[in-house]
Amino acid sequence: MKRLRWFLGLAAILGALTLILFYPIPTLLGWQSVLLHKAFMIMLLSGSFCFLRLALGPTAADRVAALDIFGILILGFCAILGIPTGRDWYIDIGIAWALQSFISILALGKFMEGRGFNE
Amino acid sequence: MNEIIGYIFLGLGLLFDFFGCLGLLRFPDIYNRLHASIKCVTLGTSSILFGLFLFKGFIPGGIKALLCIGFLLLTAPVSAHVLSRGAHKSGVKLCKDSVCDKYADDNK
Repeated sequence: MKRLRWFLGLAAILGALTLILFYPIPTLLGWQSVLLHKAFMIMLLSGSFCFLRLALGPTAADRVAALDIFGILILGFCAILGIPTGRDWYIDIGIAWALQSFISILALGKFMEGRGFNE
Repeated sequence: MNEIIGYIFLGLGLLFDFFGCLGLLRFPDIYNRLHASIKCVTLGTSSILFGLFLFKGFIPGGIKALLCIGFLLLTAPVSAHVLSRGAHKSGVKLCKDSVCDKYADDNK
């Protein structure tokens, strides 16, 4: 039963990757470049992996780790969005998000030790 | 020429990001998940930002991307270390297949 679940998950991930790479999905954002659109879809797939781990993580530390990884992925989102639109302020949003994510992850990690914040 | 090298860096970064998040989803344990994902995602996002710098050139957007690489390389290992230390101190068990636990032996 456990091995069956393993193979079902592997088949779902490979199916989603094949669908993104080879099926012509219509561009939602109206970009001209097909390569950047496929890159953005792959980043969305990685973000959905983070959200799955955030939803079904068994302990609290798993959820915090998923939040950490997703906060770094936002930087990649903003960097990819900055190329075809030609605007510079997307990277500012990425820097601000990464700073806030770093501070909040530090606070949550100290809180998980069970000693309080003033050591 | 710059755009071709930028596309190569962007593809490498996408590969690292995807496999890092795959490791976050499919490994059995919090320590394994952090070990697999934080290094891959850090290198992948740095590579995507360097590709953005190659696309933009020496304008303020590109320089901000370079600064962001330095900031990311400084902060991501610190947050991962604090997370794994807090998880071990709050009593999260290792998975069944793990061989030894040196951190618990040192803190007896």
